[in-house]
Amino acid sequence: MSETALVKGVVVAHGGMARGLIDAVSRIAGPQGDALVALSNEDKGPAELEGDIDALAGDDPTVIFVDLHSGSCGHAAFRSSRARGDRLVLCGVNLPALLDFVFHRDLPLADLGPRLVEKARDAVVAFPREG
Amino acid sequence: MSVDLYRVDERLIHGQVVLGWGGQLATRRYIVVDDELAGSGWEQDLYRLGAGGAELVFVTLSEALGALTGWQVDGVASILLTRDVRTMRLLSESGDMDGCAVNIGGLHHAPGRVRVLDYVYLSPRDDEDLRVLADQGVTVSARDLPDMHPTSLATLLDRRR
Repeated sequence: MSETALVKGVVVAHGGMARGLIDAVSRIAGPQGDALVALSNEDKGPAELEGDIDALAGDDPTVIFVDLHSGSCGHAAFRSSRARGDRLVLCGVNLPALLDFVFHRDLPLADLGPRLVEKARDAVVAFPREG
Repeated sequence: MSVDLYRVDERLIHGQVVLGWGGQLATRRYIVVDDELAGSGWEQDLYRLGAGGAELVFVTLSEALGALTGWQVDGVASILLTRDVRTMRLLSESGDMDGCAVNIGGLHHAPGRVRVLDYVYLSPRDDEDLRVLADQGVTVSARDLPDMHPTSLATLLDRRR
């Protein structure tokens, strides 16, 4: 383990999705303490949601996982991360990406970002495969 | 009419608008009337991410006042959005929205606002602006998605009391 601070994860999604994803992570990988925190956009305006993300991320290096890049969750995440080097937004969150995240929180954000995108994409497959 | 929907929604362009309303109305253009956003290129780029292949127009209130009658007849199926009631009221004071309907789609909790629906919280200023809209011949109702039952202005204001 390097001396780099462990990266925090904030999952921002519609309705109860974030809570459900984190619950699923804990059932597969065990309890994760405050490694991942859930935030719902329910009944929240843009400013309130952005403020909540800021409060949860604080000054820790943070990956903000969002469901849709083009919705209120994505917009709030992008706004809260703009001009900050210690936050990264990953859109299209899925369970495989979160599982990989909890086991690799020691990586620098610059390495974690592309890794998580790859894990998330690789997990989306259709059966039967073409060809 | 080319402006099929006038909507007040703090979130402006998002899933409910593009997938819900835009899909049903076959929207080809989203017009966002917002002085701040009209001058912010990076924020406009965020909204472009979610608009599919539709055209996006970001204008100030002043620009919208000059262009509204053109949008209403140019044949491009459009949704016009503001993030607050006041901007919609000022737009309607041009007199060019008489007989139109305004949809309240999302005004969320903030200091001084009272909840009237899960997705609509109103302040005294919102109340006043909504009444002015109605006085100008605009039909006001709240509805987040096209298949949901609309809530009339009278009901909204009654719940505000």
